[in-house]
Amino acid sequence: MASESTVQVLIPTPLRRFTDGESRVEVSGATVGDALDALEARFPGIDERVRDDSGQIRRFVNLFVNGQNVRDRDGIATPLSPGDELGIIPAMAGGSAA
Amino acid sequence: MPWGVSYFLMKNSEYAMHDRAKATRTTPEQAICGPDAALLASIAESAVARSIGNTPLHRLRRYERYLGLPETIELHLKAEWVNPGGSIKDRTALSIVRAAIKSGQLGPGRTLLDATSGNTGIAYAMLGAALSFPVTLVVPGSASEERKRTLAAYGARVIYSDPYEGSDGAIRLVREMTSVAGDDFFYADQYNNPANPAAHVATTGPEIWRQSDGRVTHLVAALGTTGTLMGTGAYLRQQGAVQLIGVQPAEAFHGIEGLKHLPTAIVPGIYDPSLPDRIMGIETEAAFEAARALARVEGFFAGSSTGANLAAAGELARELASAGQAARLVVIGCDGGARYLSTGLWELG
Repeated sequence: MASESTVQVLIPTPLRRFTDGESRVEVSGATVGDALDALEARFPGIDERVRDDSGQIRRFVNLFVNGQNVRDRDGIATPLSPGDELGIIPAMAGGSAA
Repeated sequence: MPWGVSYFLMKNSEYAMHDRAKATRTTPEQAICGPDAALLASIAESAVARSIGNTPLHRLRRYERYLGLPETIELHLKAEWVNPGGSIKDRTALSIVRAAIKSGQLGPGRTLLDATSGNTGIAYAMLGAALSFPVTLVVPGSASEERKRTLAAYGARVIYSDPYEGSDGAIRLVREMTSVAGDDFFYADQYNNPANPAAHVATTGPEIWRQSDGRVTHLVAALGTTGTLMGTGAYLRQQGAVQLIGVQPAEAFHGIEGLKHLPTAIVPGIYDPSLPDRIMGIETEAAFEAARALARVEGFFAGSSTGANLAAAGELARELASAGQAARLVVIGCDGGARYLSTGLWELG
């Protein structure tokens, strides 16, 4: 199994109310799913916006690892390496905090 | 895709360099010239401009039965996807362009510039091609692939804003650009331009009133720039006691393209909060379920904002039915579904 990696998570504006306004935060995890778990532990409420009750990425949400959509890789099982960037973007444009 | 701050900055500085290197700038004298007669004439002659509006209003009998509504509750859908650019925003863009040409703001040496999450941009790009004026659009990098490619097909210049900043990030970038290079651009500013709601006062409202035989009781319209609800609503209110229902995403983090979650977004200047009777919040999943049901029950394949309107209308219709009221609901069908196929929402299964 891959070991834990420290990665940067890029937070879109509508989710920054959970991260005290931070646009990027650092978490550790071996996979995208682990990183989302770690994100939720630090910023409760964020994971249910990203994943549904069955733990799958919501259909309107895209997750990118270094710019590549994880749907084209292994979804939430996509492995992470130290220094990776994990981006969270709603599938389409939306409003944000002014 | 190398999305992120560095990409955004790179595009931004590339833009600024391009601007400084530009040989010809519009002089103040040119900027205050009267309307460009040739451009005005080209609107009258344009087949594309003339085919905007006069869209059908369809009664959704099968969808009414699917929802289990009584005969006394009618749902009617305004099919805006039949506009030449594929959305209700063709009306908005044409109105803004016409007003700008008449006032002399758009003419020789001027490029139309605006922030758009997609449909208005497509309409501007289409009109720019049809009437021969240059168009530059700032679009969030997260806009769907179909939209980006459609803009490219019409030949518009597109600058992508940081996808993590959403549509408000595009607005902020446009404001920065106009402060640096204001004279070169006509900033169309769909969020604050009175010609946006005026389009619907002049066309969408009268069409709905006529097509519903003056018996529309409720208008259900999604809120993005809010121009549709403001303009159509204002017109219908003058005609009779029509309830105006605005639809927004239930959550700030959503996937209904073009819609704004007003409590957390830059509120458009054209928005008058005293006009709507009610604002309904719809989950992204519910919007897509309604769009899917519409496709399967009626055979109309519409986009997610239409789905949001239908989901809200369905909820409202059930309330009215249980209260024993009769109603004729008019629901805005903002655009078609094909523009969203690349997003996860229409994945098979």
